[in-house]
Amino acid sequence: MQNDIILEVTDLSVELEGEKIINNLSFDVKRGDILTILGPNGAGKTVLLKTLLELLPYKGEIKWKKNIKIGYVPQRLPFIKDVPLSVKDFLKLKKPSQEGLKENLKFVGFKENFLDKKMGDLSSGQFQRILIAWSLIGNPQVLLFDEPTTGIDIEGEETVYRLLVKLKGERELTILLVTHDLSVVYKFSNYVICLNKQPICRGFPQEILTPENLRKLYGGEVKYYRHEH
Amino acid sequence: MSQFFLSLIVGIFVGGAAGYLGTLMLSRRMALVAGPLGHLTLPGIALALIYGFDISFGAFPFVVLGIVFIWLFEIRTKLPMEALTAVVFASGVAIAFLFLPIGQAEAALVGDISKVNLLESAISVVLTVFLFLIITKIYPKMVLINISEDLAKSQGIDVKKHNLIYLILIAVIVALGVKIVGGLLTAALAAIPACSARNLSRNIFQYAFGATIIGIISSSLGIFIFELTGFPAGPLIILVNAVIFLISTIFKR
Repeated sequence: MQNDIILEVTDLSVELEGEKIINNLSFDVKRGDILTILGPNGAGKTVLLKTLLELLPYKGEIKWKKNIKIGYVPQRLPFIKDVPLSVKDFLKLKKPSQEGLKENLKFVGFKENFLDKKMGDLSSGQFQRILIAWSLIGNPQVLLFDEPTTGIDIEGEETVYRLLVKLKGERELTILLVTHDLSVVYKFSNYVICLNKQPICRGFPQEILTPENLRKLYGGEVKYYRHEH
Repeated sequence: MSQFFLSLIVGIFVGGAAGYLGTLMLSRRMALVAGPLGHLTLPGIALALIYGFDISFGAFPFVVLGIVFIWLFEIRTKLPMEALTAVVFASGVAIAFLFLPIGQAEAALVGDISKVNLLESAISVVLTVFLFLIITKIYPKMVLINISEDLAKSQGIDVKKHNLIYLILIAVIVALGVKIVGGLLTAALAAIPACSARNLSRNIFQYAFGATIIGIISSSLGIFIFELTGFPAGPLIILVNAVIFLISTIFKR
């Protein structure tokens, strides 16, 4: 494995309950990449992330760089409101050091008194930031993000975006991001894989996200054109 | 040692441990599963009453059997666990009533703490202390599994192993619970303190500790009222629990 390559996926196929979810996917990720996996709902994006975490059975090869630490930010945690958890309780489930806890809380923009808040009382944007803080505990080198902005209002979305940029800048993290949100791709990633069960296209966002490819990906007219800023 | 004192000690230990474990069951939406499991103990209790041995020993294998059946049926049929539980527990009740000595039905259904002897008490206390230690050890991991199995697995937690431990803990607490509140009410011994504590708590410590304390208070109070009034202790304990729950709804945070 080349030195700056941290993940190599070869001929990955995932079949769940008799249904092919991912078919013959190959790609690799370099250190410092922000890779977006783009596709419509039901395209197998979340399944791909879970497979990369080895949570699901698969065929093919997933090769992570040795001893790499991976942080995972899941899409939603619907059952978290079943338990009366404070923010501190939640973060402590990952057994952080005292400094690690405070440092990561500060990183996502909260003061220490936020620790006593109930997880169930947080807004969706605050919740997402706490999830990011959770994933940062233990200093991972790679972060896997599942739909980081789904269900968050625009303001919260901006904050999450800013955090992503800050993560890349300050912590030199490699980020794998799953989304159906095209704007995320344009704003952040330097590489994109379009997935709709089959890999549809891949490359640099500005080059490959052509109306034609998007039509193939989303199966209809997509009225979204590149913004040149 | 006086009979009252023995009853009280068993009540305090089992009530506390049931309340503590209940906080994990509530968050997994498993509170109702313990109910049918309690019913499943009835054939075992019937056997214990007929042959005169400790009803917890009679109850335990039947709970384990019930859990195994529900688990196997779920894999085989993919029916929701609650539905399967209904199938299995109704069968348990039906079997029990074929040969449950009718004169002793009350003890089986709502428990009889007043006959517990020294050896039984000692065993109950030792078992609940073990239970307590194990729950405390797996608690953070179970909370994480409850929130998200994927997140737990990504932290390297063996979810299957912990689910199995968790089910065994439920089986033990149900078997101990039937001695105090009987096969019909044993689920409530675990479920109600957790419900009350959740209404009153802002973090996980208040929740777990609160449910334990509420379990202890309701069992003790129930047994005290039983001493004073002579009504059966099992239903009294559950009613005290229900009253505490009502109060907790007023102060919900």
